[in-house]
Amino acid sequence: MELLEVKNLSKQYKNFSLQNISFTLPKGYIMGYVGANGSGKTTTLNLITGLQKANGGEVFIDGLSREEDERAYKEKIGFVGDDCYFPGDFKIKHIRRALQDFYPTFSREKFDGFIRDWKLPENKATKDFSRGMKVLLMFASVFARQTKLLVLDEATNGLDPVMRADVVKLLQEYVMDGERSVIFSTHILSDLEQIADYIYFIHEGRTVLYEAKDELIESFLLVKGETAKIPPALKKELIGVDENAYGFEAILPSDKAGLLGNAFLYEKPTIDQIVIHYIKSA
Amino acid sequence: MKIIISNQSELPIYAQIREQLKEQILNGQIPEGETLPSIRQLAKEIGVSVITTTRAYSELEQEGFIATMQGKGSVVLATDNSLLREQYLLRIEEGLSTAIETAKAMGMSGEELRDIFNNLLET
Repeated sequence: MELLEVKNLSKQYKNFSLQNISFTLPKGYIMGYVGANGSGKTTTLNLITGLQKANGGEVFIDGLSREEDERAYKEKIGFVGDDCYFPGDFKIKHIRRALQDFYPTFSREKFDGFIRDWKLPENKATKDFSRGMKVLLMFASVFARQTKLLVLDEATNGLDPVMRADVVKLLQEYVMDGERSVIFSTHILSDLEQIADYIYFIHEGRTVLYEAKDELIESFLLVKGETAKIPPALKKELIGVDENAYGFEAILPSDKAGLLGNAFLYEKPTIDQIVIHYIKSA
Repeated sequence: MKIIISNQSELPIYAQIREQLKEQILNGQIPEGETLPSIRQLAKEIGVSVITTTRAYSELEQEGFIATMQGKGSVVLATDNSLLREQYLLRIEEGLSTAIETAKAMGMSGEELRDIFNNLLET
């Protein structure tokens, strides 16, 4: 059963266009939406959350489109962004009141529980919160409601490693019951790579790769060696050859491994390495 | 039950989980009849994706180590000794193949290699 369905989503700007983005995310799974800065990640997420309107295409969350019932649609979404979206002079009590007024499924008890557990200061304006505290506040506001889809736009930027590890756990807990899903955008996967079930890789508004992460990693090899030793047949297949004074690094589709012979070193790539070499080859 | 994931390993993560569980089932550390944690529970505990743990479990199921029953979870099946033997045999062959390949790479004769093998066997 699909939780999120994105069909041919398009958006035109003067200098940028998002073209025919299509994917599905089943219930209980996590998707990493990756690409360089300016590749269209935030635009896509904004079209999903309804912050921006698409020029074409459709989005369904749990079978519901925004056009059918905007309020119910937005109720299903929890959003955590790069920037804290609460007014800077708001304190926790103001945020609590605003959420209560805005979202029918908001639970004050749950919200207060998270504020207590995470030791968020009640009497400080959010503009004086640390980056980590701001992110936790956004998570508290989302987890206090009955959402179905958690959308994170570069939410782990600027967090320390301990805090990022905590966020990873929060995401896994969110999908634990198999009914809810997560889509997160990031320009660097690092610690989030391990928990992502699916990877959608976008470059300059277009789809580059969209696959289950395990299959994606298995379908490429990271190859290193001496540039001069690359035979022509191999050269054609290497993607994003990055040369330095002493050798090269590139990725190669795993089914072309037969071309490697003994002259090269190869290993399992990370998603970031696949992305970097793809962008280089573009 | 214990599972340790290495990011340096050439083995994909699902295979690391599968091999470590298999090992513990074969040597009896995880006894017959024991219920394994759910796919989602395990994914969360070790911090990997649900698809990864699903694949590890489904391969263990195909190989006859566990059975998954709706609502009951995944249960460890009885392992017969031939299975155990086969697994160890495979590992011995793998180890010896590596030695033979290395010997060939440096141009060592079969005779010399057999000598090393015999010497090691006697120590």
